[in-house]
Amino acid sequence: MNDFDVAPALEVTDAVLELGDGDSRVRALDSVSLTVMPGEFVAIVGPSGSGKSSLLAIAGALGQPDSGTVKVHGTDLGSLSRRARTRFRLHNIGFVFQSGNLLPALTAADQLRLAGRLAGNRRVDAEALLASVDMAHRAGHRPSELSGGERQRVGIARALVNSPSLLLVDEPTAALDRRRSHEVVQLLADKAHSAGVAVVMVTHDRDVLEHCDQVVEMVDGRLGVPALVS
Amino acid sequence: MFLALRELRFARGRFTLMGIVIALISVLVVMLSGLSSGLVNDGVSGLKSMPATAFAFDEGTMTDNAFSRSVVDDEQLAVWQDAEGVAEAEPMGVNIVNGVTDDDTQIDLTLFGVEPAGFLTPQVSSGDGLGAVGGIVVSEPLRDAGISVGTVITLDRLDVELTVVGFTQGQATFGHVDVAYLPIDTWRLIVAGQSQPGAPTQEQVDALDFAYSSVVALKAADGAEIDFEAVDADAGTTTMTLTEAFNASPGYEAETLTLSMIQVFLYVICALVVGAFFTVWTIQRTHDIAVLRAVGASSRYLLRDSLAQAAILLIGFTAIGVAAGVGMGALMPDAMPFDLEFEPIAVASVLTIVLGLIGAAVAVVRITRVDPARALGGQR
Repeated sequence: MNDFDVAPALEVTDAVLELGDGDSRVRALDSVSLTVMPGEFVAIVGPSGSGKSSLLAIAGALGQPDSGTVKVHGTDLGSLSRRARTRFRLHNIGFVFQSGNLLPALTAADQLRLAGRLAGNRRVDAEALLASVDMAHRAGHRPSELSGGERQRVGIARALVNSPSLLLVDEPTAALDRRRSHEVVQLLADKAHSAGVAVVMVTHDRDVLEHCDQVVEMVDGRLGVPALVS
Repeated sequence: MFLALRELRFARGRFTLMGIVIALISVLVVMLSGLSSGLVNDGVSGLKSMPATAFAFDEGTMTDNAFSRSVVDDEQLAVWQDAEGVAEAEPMGVNIVNGVTDDDTQIDLTLFGVEPAGFLTPQVSSGDGLGAVGGIVVSEPLRDAGISVGTVITLDRLDVELTVVGFTQGQATFGHVDVAYLPIDTWRLIVAGQSQPGAPTQEQVDALDFAYSSVVALKAADGAEIDFEAVDADAGTTTMTLTEAFNASPGYEAETLTLSMIQVFLYVICALVVGAFFTVWTIQRTHDIAVLRAVGASSRYLLRDSLAQAAILLIGFTAIGVAAGVGMGALMPDAMPFDLEFEPIAVASVLTIVLGLIGAAVAVVRITRVDPARALGGQR
């Protein structure tokens, strides 16, 4: 865990983001505010096109809102240059993508080693990290040789290589059956609670919300009242 | 190179196909390089081996075939002998003749008439040096044509008999014809049309009144710079440096320009082919690049990795192509002017690699424009 314990892990304030041009211009984020504390697991649910991915993009320094601020552990991402945002992302933010988004040329262990090398760490204990997600036995396998659930587990391990304080998770159960969906989301919840990592997960899948600490609904670019956890 | 090496191994089929194209281009580059060197040596090795700085031709002589067109006299020679910065200036005669050996083998020779004790006199690998009136020192490869010391070569139409007294060190050709060095006085006797059938004699030479030669060969004094323009104006000559004088060899410029143009096209093709491959490769992995950028890979890291990948591919398969080209070159028939020389092959190989890398660099620059936000969502 990084040295940000007192500050919110993620603090989005009045974020507005418009996408497209001319008649096709839409407001993807409409005065969105969201605060996530370290160790908290927040789920954002909503239909396609509601702005979930846009929120994830600005929270992860992949883009900037037209107005409003985004702070990760007190650092205003808007004040950083493009290069500094990339570096900040590398050391402080982890991403878990839909279907894992693993690199097809790399084995499970190499996916983790590459993530470490990007941050200048050539001594990543890939086997131990894979063991922490029950994937040590698949360390030498490429993504094409892994099931959807296994790919997601490797993706989670990869996201944790550089000990981020914020984990952003994009539709992790999109390609998984019910049992594996629960396993993956439970794993994320465990990581959040055991390592004090703040986790923001966007998902369509309401079946897995029971593992989350907070659930918010997103509709037409606005964050609504907390949805009921089933 | 962590990712580069693993991608090379993972997509080895695609990279091998690309590598084969690079290797084939390299084979062609080596073959053309060998042909260029072969043609150069076949065309002007006689000139290349001369310790001359420059040649003075009669003023206004057309460059093409200038050696056989030019005629200079002793007055022009004298001006050059007295010129500042000139260590030595000697007459040199050049003309191409047909002949037949004493065992009826037809042979073509370029006669280089030089002063027997002058700076143009060739070193011999075997036999005697230049000196005897009717003696000639011939190009080493003529041994393969059955010529040996003592062989008598009779010039067509003139019936002048010249005797081989020695061989040069290495090949000496001019205009793709083997050179025969002979004393300048004997050359003048033949060119003046005052020779008699049979072997030339000292009496014939002494009786000759013909103070002409083809060019004046010049050797600059150590560290001296000759004012060619000023001396040319005084002597009524046009001077070419040794390298410029290669173009005065029959067909030299046309041959070398043709091959150079083909080589340039090959380099351009290499850059375009490699560039096209890496363009497609980069487009194919756009989503992976977006993922890498999203997790924090810098543009510099991704560019360095991609260029390293291109460099490994280019260096590896260029080396294979060069090795194959050198192997094939060794199988070339003797009749083909083909010489494998380290320097031109090294230059050609480096150019292939560098231009291929430029093509790849132009292609992979698009990495920097990949939006990392593309990593989000389900589309690939």
